[in-house]
Amino acid sequence: MAKTAMIPVDNGLLAGLREFLRQVLARPEIAAVLVPCQLPMKAMVMPTLVSDPEQLSAANPLAPVFPLNGARVVTRLTRKEAGRTVVAVLRACEIRAFIELVKLKQGRREELIIVGIDCLGAYATKDFLPLADQGIEELTGRFLQSAMGEKEGELDGIGLAPACQACVNPVPDGADLIIGLLGADTGRALPVTAATEKGESLLENLDLPGGKAPEGREAAVAALVERRMARRKAMIDATRALTDSLEKLTAYLGACVNCYNCRVACPVCYCRECVFVTDVFDHEPCQYLGWAHRKGAVKMPTDTVFYHLTRLAHMGTACVGCGQCSNACPNGIPLAELFITASAPLQEAFDYHPGRSLDEKPPLAEFREKEFEEVVGIK
Amino acid sequence: MNDFEPTVIAFVCNWCTYTAADLAGTSRLSYPPNVRLVRVMCTGMVDPQYVLKALLEGADGVLVSGCHPGDCHYINGNYKARRRIKLLKALLPQFGFAPQRLRLTWIGASDGIEFAHVMQELVDQVRELGPSEAKTKMVL
Ligand code: SF4
Ligand code: SF4
Ligand code: FES
Repeated sequence: MAKTAMIPVDNGLLAGLREFLRQVLARPEIAAVLVPCQLPMKAMVMPTLVSDPEQLSAANPLAPVFPLNGARVVTRLTRKEAGRTVVAVLRACEIRAFIELVKLKQGRREELIIVGIDCLGAYATKDFLPLADQGIEELTGRFLQSAMGEKEGELDGIGLAPACQACVNPVPDGADLIIGLLGADTGRALPVTAATEKGESLLENLDLPGGKAPEGREAAVAALVERRMARRKAMIDATRALTDSLEKLTAYLGACVNCYNCRVACPVCYCRECVFVTDVFDHEPCQYLGWAHRKGAVKMPTDTVFYHLTRLAHMGTACVGCGQCSNACPNGIPLAELFITASAPLQEAFDYHPGRSLDEKPPLAEFREKEFEEVVGIK
Repeated sequence: MNDFEPTVIAFVCNWCTYTAADLAGTSRLSYPPNVRLVRVMCTGMVDPQYVLKALLEGADGVLVSGCHPGDCHYINGNYKARRRIKLLKALLPQFGFAPQRLRLTWIGASDGIEFAHVMQELVDQVRELGPSEAKTKMVL
């Protein structure tokens, strides 16, 4: 039976979580806490590596925005031995992406304790900025009220990012410590449950009252997942209808300018150097002329659909549905919808759940001698 | 449409299917000129990207062909290739490519007759499918 303690939040959720993180940071074995913090100079929240407990008063892991997927930031902190342990507060999709990167040896699970909080979703970054004009804390409060109530996060007519609306994995299962918002009495205390031994030994050393997950938690999780499932299905159906031929896909990606921001933002686009920016694609000028002659006309820059299909083939099985590709696109292409939709059959083909477990190898990194015989032959 | 001549790009491994093609040639077996062979050292080096490029450039069909399971000269390249084909067959039909446009076969070094037969059959099948959308429409 997993060990659970309670984080008192009678002074507000943020105050309670900050106090919890202060206690964590006070432990001698913990060098720093990585947590989204409100930047003093602008209305944005960014992952921030905090070693001074004072600075935790800017921590806001509940702000409904994440301008980047923190998985890659955590790989920077863990790719080599540092000699000290860091605690990282991450969203569920950030944890899944990080687990994928650990499988590829780009980060390490050692010297890291992950704290996950039930994820209620976030707004697209561009929607967050105007919503936060009264300050991030004010918005966080309004958001939580909306997200835990009927409105599911909708504020001033603005809904959560499409990827978040369709996310069916809001519980941060891969974390060492899981803080439960769903089903909790958010006026009094939040349950924090140790999911691993590492989490348990940290929890034991904190001065928190014991407790147990609230009765209503399972039902609250199930209800949220069910609503999200329905949205996900609707999103996939709609996106499929928009992209089910090459011509439609080309139109869908029509505004793409090959800036490749989407793969920079994608936490699981794992190559250090993307082939599309290597000299493989520094074509000879006469090559372009050749294409133009053969086809009558060729759009420049070339290879736009090729780029997106290649990305799907390379990382589609690992797509964690975080939505950062959509956030990153300067031209507002609904990329997360496309990648979530197109990746679903790839993940199904290998019965693969990205980020679920370190024991599950990426599908293209292994094989069995007897499998998939149906794809062989010309019948 | 009747005089449609498909283009099939075949990525063949040096040690088995390419050798079989060679054998077919020296045995004076004929196979359709629609097939353009791309010799690779092993099917295990055929990145999905190569297949995508061929299809997007207007190939009507793509074949990846190598050694039978257990015979790969790099031990397991063909098993890796099979997973990549599995992946592409889950990916491409979503965007309207008929799954039959992508094929994987094992043709051993001494199977010259089999090679000629498979090429003929494949070209017939692809001809039946008609020109691929990428060939008829401008893909950007
Ligand atoms: S493709 Fe988009 S939604 Fe999927 S993991 Fe990458 S950034 Fe996130
Ligand atoms: S971010 Fe948008 S414009 Fe840039 S490459 Fe991706 S889809 Fe194209
Ligand atoms: S050498 Fe022929 S498939 Fe690997």
